[in-house]
Amino acid sequence: MKVPEFLQFAFSGLTVGAVYALVALGFTLIYNASDVINFAQGEFVMLGGMTTVFLGLAGVPLPLAACLAIVVTVAVGLALHRFAIEPARGASAVVLIIITIGASIFLRGAAQLVFDKRFHSLPPWVGGDAIRVGGAAILPQSLMVLGGAVVIVVLLWAFIDRTLVGKAMVATAANELAARLVGIDTRRVVGLSFGISAAIGAVAGILITPITLTSYDVGTLLALKGFAAAMLGGIGSAVGAVVGGLLLGLLEAFAAGYVSSQYKDAVAFLVILIVLLAMPRGLFGRASAERV
Amino acid sequence: MPAYAKTAAAIALWLASGVGQGSAQVKVGAVLSITGPASFLGDPEKKTLEIYVDDINAKGGVNGQKLQLVGYDDGADANAARTFATRLVEEDKVVAMIGGTTTGATLAMIPVFEEAQTPFISLAGAIQIIEPVRKWVFKTPHTDKMACEKIFADLKQRNLTTVALISGTDAFGKSMRDQCVAVAPKAGITIAHEESYGPRDSDMTPQLTNIKRQAGVQAVINPGFGQGPAIVTRNYRQLGITLPLYQSHGVASKQFIDLAGPAADGVRLPAAALLVAEKLPDGDPQKPVAVAYTRAYQQKTGQPVSTFGGHAYDGLMIFTEAAKRAGSFDRAKVRDEIEKTRNFIGTGGVVNMSPTDHLGLDLSAFRMLEIKGGDWTLLQ
Repeated sequence: MKVPEFLQFAFSGLTVGAVYALVALGFTLIYNASDVINFAQGEFVMLGGMTTVFLGLAGVPLPLAACLAIVVTVAVGLALHRFAIEPARGASAVVLIIITIGASIFLRGAAQLVFDKRFHSLPPWVGGDAIRVGGAAILPQSLMVLGGAVVIVVLLWAFIDRTLVGKAMVATAANELAARLVGIDTRRVVGLSFGISAAIGAVAGILITPITLTSYDVGTLLALKGFAAAMLGGIGSAVGAVVGGLLLGLLEAFAAGYVSSQYKDAVAFLVILIVLLAMPRGLFGRASAERV
Repeated sequence: MPAYAKTAAAIALWLASGVGQGSAQVKVGAVLSITGPASFLGDPEKKTLEIYVDDINAKGGVNGQKLQLVGYDDGADANAARTFATRLVEEDKVVAMIGGTTTGATLAMIPVFEEAQTPFISLAGAIQIIEPVRKWVFKTPHTDKMACEKIFADLKQRNLTTVALISGTDAFGKSMRDQCVAVAPKAGITIAHEESYGPRDSDMTPQLTNIKRQAGVQAVINPGFGQGPAIVTRNYRQLGITLPLYQSHGVASKQFIDLAGPAADGVRLPAAALLVAEKLPDGDPQKPVAVAYTRAYQQKTGQPVSTFGGHAYDGLMIFTEAAKRAGSFDRAKVRDEIEKTRNFIGTGGVVNMSPTDHLGLDLSAFRMLEIKGGDWTLLQ
């Protein structure tokens, strides 16, 4: 095993892992508030990237375009809650999850019409030249994605553990009826979780587009990988999402580097299966007693 | 029979007779993937056929008859394609079929047209469509195999013989990889190492690192489609690999240059002459055709030209030329004339068909391009 290669595989894993981590983070909040796994999360990521690209093409300066993209995506997230999730209030989590799958297909179709069917890229937000360390190279943008994930984790933690609204969210997830009895407006709490998740998705899309490129249908696979990362880390845990994402990325990179690029996804998913068999709630998942 | 049924039957009769009287027209079928995942292929094909059928009719039609395009959208679903093919044959009674956007749809439709003895000009890529040769089936797009051969020929010219492949695991990447591996020994090229990546992967540095440490590799070929090759190209420069990099005709669009950015500089790829229509030397036989098609398409649709629409143009023109030579729309005569197509200059190349070759293109159909300063340059 040579050091430069090992380092290069690790850098690749961190790059891809940071992307997965950012997507995985989007799942945590909605899950925490409503036990729903939002399969339209990948479309939030797509909307963030695509809206920025198209506003940029229309002549809007990119930083402003990015801010507007977040606003647009949050609006879509709130609308998704208001017009699709809210009317089905009282339905079981499985029904709500299926609604989010429908929403994801709808958003993809709409994006195909509103934007186009081509691939797009954004210039890197930070310097384009690779940083060379010990014979391996990493792009500054990868570090920015990683940094973005850390910042979001800290903000999420502060929000959930340190604010009243955040605590209301945890209470809603634990027992909706009880939460309502103590005066929490659970509808607004769940709506808020969709809004914030959409914002996280949009930020993810804006940060990762210079690396992954984007198109109207980029959300599906990102959501799948992000979901796998979230499960691995323990769904509902922000730290778990980041660790799960990075782990999944590293697994893929090392499998591609040392085993075979043909089987890298298989290797990664095999490891996830084994972990989940041993720890069904994921690495950082809460004990089930707390949730009931 | 209740009154409404009688009325309905009467209307149906009237409609049928109306259509019958109006149709001194000859019907040409087109099953295309206008929506769905292959819509970026099917959409320009449909627009091209519409533009040129109108154009032909405005000029008086073919053999004194106007053409009527009967189009269906299979949504890239082979089952739907087969159903529409049956409808074209049994209800619309088309004299020929131009279409089949994807290889899957084409292969599903072949038995229908073979049985109905109706000429079928496919617009899909795979070589399986014309190998083995089927009596009624032709195609216009060049094959992956030719792209491999073109790249290998260029390598030989540079005295490079040992290459590594990094291919996408999508249908396009896989098919081209298989063709390259198959023709490499004949071309005197050794494939020393192979890597692959998923069509949606966002980082290929591990695979490229493995290629980088292989001793003796002189060039790298990337059969792939979509955004993967752009990421491969970026990672290639990120790792500072200096070997020549070859991309495939699958990314021969301006979009690739936009996505890969400055990393694309120095990349070579085979592409149809259509993409560099304006850059072709004036004596080039394809130049007038390619330039005329490019201008007509861009003017009518406002969209940049793609080779896919060009395949549809070639298909329609080969059919109408054959029908003119046959002097009628008799299916068997038209088929024979299609097979006798010689020196037809289309957007895809110069077509010379024969009973053993229902494609009729040779390597000159591909031009070797190098990307310099964010634009194509034509290599001689």
